[in-house]
Amino acid sequence: MLAIVGTVPDNDFGLAEGRVALETDHLHMNGRTIPVNRGTPALLGAAIQTLAVFGHAPVFGFLAGDTGKGRGSRNLYEHLVDNVSLSGIHTLVFHYLQPDTDWHNRVLFRLQDLETAPILIADAGFMYAAKMSGAAPSYDLFTPDAGELAFLADETAPHPFYTRGFILHTDNPVTELVDRAYAHDNAARYLLVKGAVDYVMNRQGELFRVEGPSHEAMEAIGGTGDTLTGIVSALISTGMAIPEAGFAAAKANRMAGQYASPTPATGIDEIIRHIPRAVETVLNQKRYL
Amino acid sequence: MALLFKFLKKARDKQAAQRDRNTFQTDHGILVFEHTSEVIQAERRLKQSGWDVRVMGPPPEIQTGCDLVIVFPLIEQLEIVRLLAANNNEPLQVVPVTDPLLEPVSLFQTKDFGDYLMIRAANMKITVDKQTRIIVNISGGGCPDVPWLAGVMVGQQLDAAPDPLEIGHTLCGYALGLACKEMKRQCLP
Repeated sequence: MLAIVGTVPDNDFGLAEGRVALETDHLHMNGRTIPVNRGTPALLGAAIQTLAVFGHAPVFGFLAGDTGKGRGSRNLYEHLVDNVSLSGIHTLVFHYLQPDTDWHNRVLFRLQDLETAPILIADAGFMYAAKMSGAAPSYDLFTPDAGELAFLADETAPHPFYTRGFILHTDNPVTELVDRAYAHDNAARYLLVKGAVDYVMNRQGELFRVEGPSHEAMEAIGGTGDTLTGIVSALISTGMAIPEAGFAAAKANRMAGQYASPTPATGIDEIIRHIPRAVETVLNQKRYL
Repeated sequence: MALLFKFLKKARDKQAAQRDRNTFQTDHGILVFEHTSEVIQAERRLKQSGWDVRVMGPPPEIQTGCDLVIVFPLIEQLEIVRLLAANNNEPLQVVPVTDPLLEPVSLFQTKDFGDYLMIRAANMKITVDKQTRIIVNISGGGCPDVPWLAGVMVGQQLDAAPDPLEIGHTLCGYALGLACKEMKRQCLP
């Protein structure tokens, strides 16, 4: 089973866990309705759309309402550490959460106590906390964009906001930044680097790169990184190997974008609608199905 | 035996977590003030507002200020400094624990899409329709205020939209605020 931990931008949402469904651009969970725009709801939407190709495998959500004050994230961390059964989860994704190394470590200790460890994927705020905790190698996959890769590569930066300019500079090749991140143990077992070119990499170097279909506008659209993380997580949860899942997800995310004929003003919900067709096309091409 | 090992591991992990709390944590920042009285005032104000802050001695790299500093969750810098400034209790300096010489991002990348202009600051991007000056997209970031900020800003005129530096809470919100400021500098008369 695929499980996703994250936040929704609504302080009144409280704390919720359960199966998540997608109907007409809205998520449904325990009788609540969540609009799919960006952030964790976009990741969930993309994951559900991907698994629809495989016959609607369940997606489980652990969600908290948080608009940046951190209270919802901390309640969710506490809930994961003290109250939740984590058995039966094959792939566990951590997403938009207030970065907090203390709580990150407690969650990781809990996961390390499980009889069968799930595949661990981290993106967004939780990836920041994983790096700052010095625990990045405990994860199977990080999915950084350019700014976040520079942050992983900067061993002193506590947040992308403090990444040093000489590392943040766009002239730095991705391979150099990835090498630097691994040299300081600040990367997961695999990296799916999102950008004009998407890269699947590990400590040994580049495994795959995906350059097309290419639409410059995708870079400006909020949520395209979330959908990529959602697609790759869903594919991994079906048993696909991480590098191949990274390649297929990068290709499918781009194709979904292409089907939406994007401009920099396109909303992510328009792209999510095209994910099943894109995933099916890519998987058929690669004979994964 | 396995149970005993599990119990010992849990006890060790809890001790490690506690030890971390008694030292400088890597995701924390330091507020430096001129006088000790300001430190005491700021600590009281922040604790009253529910912040998890501690007063400690400064690390050797910090040369200025008094001999006490406030250690706080760095991610919440934007909101904490805003609260102190509103009470005339602004710190001299705010620095990350990991390296007090680090400075906030000051490098902006601009991308011109023809009808749209995008500016990136660190991990945050803002895109504006050049003709109407309406914010059409906000992307990047990893802190929970980003989707919320995007929700209130997208679709608004650049000069009328709420300022992330005023309503954001985290360092991602701060980075978006800087990107927004740079966009205004480039787009508005």
